[in-house]
Amino acid sequence: MAVLKVLVIDDEPGIRSGVSRILNNFHVTYPFMDEDYTFEVTEAGTGEEGIIMLERDMPDILLLDNKLPGIQGVDVLEYIRKRNYDIVVAMITSYASLDVAIRATRDGAIDFIPKPFTPQELKSSIENITKQQYLKRITHKLKQEGKKIRYQFLSVLSHELKAPLNALEGYLRMMQEKQAGDRIEDYATPIERSLQRIQGMRSLIMDLLDFTKIRLERKEEKIQEVNLTEVASEAIVTVQPYAIQMDVTINLDVRSDAIIMADPDDMEIVFNNLISNAVKYNKVGGKAEITIDSSDSDAILIFSDTGIGITKNDTENLFAEFVRIKNEKTRNISGSGLGLSIVKKVVELYHGTINVDSTPDVGTIFTIRLPKKTVTIN
Amino acid sequence: MKKSDFTILVVDDDPDYLFQTVFNLEKAGYKTMAVESQAEAEAVIARFKPHLAIFDLMMESDDSGFILCYKIKRKYPDVPVILATAVSHETGLSFSIDSEQEKLWIRADRYLEKGIRPEQLDQEVMKLLKL
Repeated sequence: MAVLKVLVIDDEPGIRSGVSRILNNFHVTYPFMDEDYTFEVTEAGTGEEGIIMLERDMPDILLLDNKLPGIQGVDVLEYIRKRNYDIVVAMITSYASLDVAIRATRDGAIDFIPKPFTPQELKSSIENITKQQYLKRITHKLKQEGKKIRYQFLSVLSHELKAPLNALEGYLRMMQEKQAGDRIEDYATPIERSLQRIQGMRSLIMDLLDFTKIRLERKEEKIQEVNLTEVASEAIVTVQPYAIQMDVTINLDVRSDAIIMADPDDMEIVFNNLISNAVKYNKVGGKAEITIDSSDSDAILIFSDTGIGITKNDTENLFAEFVRIKNEKTRNISGSGLGLSIVKKVVELYHGTINVDSTPDVGTIFTIRLPKKTVTIN
Repeated sequence: MKKSDFTILVVDDDPDYLFQTVFNLEKAGYKTMAVESQAEAEAVIARFKPHLAIFDLMMESDDSGFILCYKIKRKYPDVPVILATAVSHETGLSFSIDSEQEKLWIRADRYLEKGIRPEQLDQEVMKLLKL
């Protein structure tokens, strides 16, 4: 239950008490609101008194008569506008001064309630204002949250980009000042490490491009029939050199061809990321197995490996951006921390699901289900 | 005491930063002990008292460095601690530990931005070791 504070400024006591009586027993509710709104009414007989009260109470809604004994309603409105107070103002006015009301609307009042009004007229006016206030608040909240998430993302990103640069700078300075000796051989480790950090940075940038592509690019015309077996085979070819280096065998088991409506680039991202993870986090001599199956409605993709596995605790954050599980076993594995968050975004884009099942030191299984039928991509 | 009588514990999960810091400290003349995680550092602290410690802030968790500061100060209140991190530039968070209030919860003696020159680091270490 949320309470909106209402201030009535009117020199007629009858109007003031009428408003109080009607609104104190009134509540506004809509299916889309989280909670009901009720009202708490305070009253002022003059503009001067009203300003003191609004400074003190900061009402959400002001019902304002224009014709007042001292300063006029428009002056109060002016006062509020100058200070940028977040108060919704509705003018209460007699028909004779409709002109004023219209001018006041231009000056920031959002509504006017003609006098004399019936309880129903007041209520429907207040209902509109409440709805508007609610939407304003929600929009504001969402904007703030959006800003916060973007800010977090950027700050972590810049940290991830800066770390390799710091490492490179340190090594180059070491060489520039010949700190480890005069021969190039004295710098074998710094050179090797620098190359590795550059490689890591390159893959971060590639992942970032995928990441922004998913976020920005949504072209319906790219949606076409995609045979996932073909995409898987291509991805295996891409990862193969790395697998040979790691002595990991990649197997593709097609139980039933899965053809779905999708952007082939998106599917490539999913397969490339999960297959390279299955190799990267594997053990020497291990296996990576990709199974493609299909039900009436879904394509089912299973990526299993015989790798280092993930603890139950760590699986919780696994799909978040820039999350990398840091432990003894992952220490020498480089990665951007974006791969799985990208995969998850793609899967969700197609209204699919992704699940992970893992046992440390035994292996990890990712299961993806993607609807075969075209769904609205949003 | 000479610089070579002092052992500095360096903890950082970035292997390159660790390598460079250790390299620079040893070049300056100190003995070092390097570990790559909060967990390892805790194990070291349990059985060994360094003369000074340098901790990275974000390791296994975002506040690994703070936790280590707290733990080492509880066991060895007289060991000076430097928190080294690249965090402030990116996040806009700044932890200067000047005010009394901050000293209460950040149990480090110095807060240093990563990427400082080797000579600067040596200076800071010398100051803390009263050399």
